[in-house]
Amino acid sequence: MASTLKPISAVPRAVLAALALALLLQVLWQAAGPAPRARPQDLPPAPSQAALRLAALGDPVALSKGLMLYVQAHDDQAGVSIAWRDMDYARVAAWLQRVLELDPRGQYPLLAASQVYGAVGDPARARLMLDFVYARFEEDPDRRWPWLAHAALVAKHRLHDLPLARRYARAIRLRATGPQVPAWARELEVFILEDMNELDAARQLIGGLLAGGQITDPHELKFLAERLEQLDATHKP
Amino acid sequence: MNARAILTIARYTLLEALRNRLVWLLLLMALGAVGVSGFLNELALTESRQLQAALLGAVLRLAAVFLIATFVVTSMLREAHDHGLQMLMALPMSRAVYLFGKLAGFGALALLPALLFGALGLFFAPPAQAALWAVSLLCECWIVAAFALLCSLTLNQVLPALAAAFSFYLLARVIGALQLLGHGASGSHSAGQQALNTGIDALALLLPHLDRFTRGDWLVYHDGGVADLAGIAAQTAIYVALLAAAALFDLYRKPV
Repeated sequence: MASTLKPISAVPRAVLAALALALLLQVLWQAAGPAPRARPQDLPPAPSQAALRLAALGDPVALSKGLMLYVQAHDDQAGVSIAWRDMDYARVAAWLQRVLELDPRGQYPLLAASQVYGAVGDPARARLMLDFVYARFEEDPDRRWPWLAHAALVAKHRLHDLPLARRYARAIRLRATGPQVPAWARELEVFILEDMNELDAARQLIGGLLAGGQITDPHELKFLAERLEQLDATHKP
Repeated sequence: MNARAILTIARYTLLEALRNRLVWLLLLMALGAVGVSGFLNELALTESRQLQAALLGAVLRLAAVFLIATFVVTSMLREAHDHGLQMLMALPMSRAVYLFGKLAGFGALALLPALLFGALGLFFAPPAQAALWAVSLLCECWIVAAFALLCSLTLNQVLPALAAAFSFYLLARVIGALQLLGHGASGSHSAGQQALNTGIDALALLLPHLDRFTRGDWLVYHDGGVADLAGIAAQTAIYVALLAAAALFDLYRKPV
């Protein structure tokens, strides 16, 4: 195609001049303008589920993944970083919920809630994220228990709220009963009860686990039996 | 019917597409989609491969449909405006031969994105799932190509034909969601709402449910099956036949 073009000399000088002038004006216009300034923008309210269903064009998984990146990128906008404590956590939770509704098998929003946004220094905000994980755990316990287990640890070690940690651990023991759920997750409540110094409750729970037939691994049975003996020993006057 | 003439028209339709550098465009789109999805994959904290597969699949599907629809409309209307259609109609062959030749050419053309983009799916999903995704993309492209051909014959202008083709595609992709929303709307049982629901249900009977085609789930969770493939194949056969019949109806009435 290039060989069929006429030489540049065929172009009238006025056209060349107009081209150069327009290009120069464009560069000057941009150079004279104010330098771009980063302005933090609040996370907008999460769209309705209906709007997202339509926007997904029949492929909700792809939209879910894209939205998750959008939410995740919000605290690190171009040129400005927003501290988690300055974010509207109710909105963050609403967005995470929408992401999860689009792809219920996805784990990303729960990881983000428990391990990213849950790590905020503000206890009220952290609780909001832990509550979100707890509420969503109920919908699919066998798949979502790891995030509630992490939430229990956050409640115990970071919030120092042992009753809350026990509530989460208890939910895992009672609801996450699938074969792929490891025994340590079901036994988490025992250790929290011990930390709460509720040794009687811990003994009863271990006794229940041993008697209930949920635990079949011999090493685990031995471990729990030893634990029960230790508790019995400490309980003796 | 003159199979030789159909094959000749199909061959020249395909040649036109290849001379229009459509293969390069497809390769460029594939490279761009892989690059962007790879970049997004790096941003993910978890499920990075699933994220890349889902986004890549969605972008490639849209790219394939966009290129096929645009090519069908521009090719058909350029031929009509250059009086190529008149010349072909003057030959001793039926109008059906011309239409089936065109459809076969566009159908063969759709194999290119389906094979190329389906091969990319192999990086994320087992071969059976990637193959299902590619076959489904091919069927989706065939339906869109047949509708774009009908629009070109009916509307005779590039912009309205493209707008109609893309509107049809969007509607066919959201019709399932629209139905769910209409029937799930709580509270409002007014006459207007019921009329709207009836309208949506009627539209749903006329449209192919493309939201069941080329699903990202197959690349991410590998849960596609033979039942999906059978449903897609049956829907494609029925709808392409319907669109071909509608296009023939229009073509035979054309005063060419």
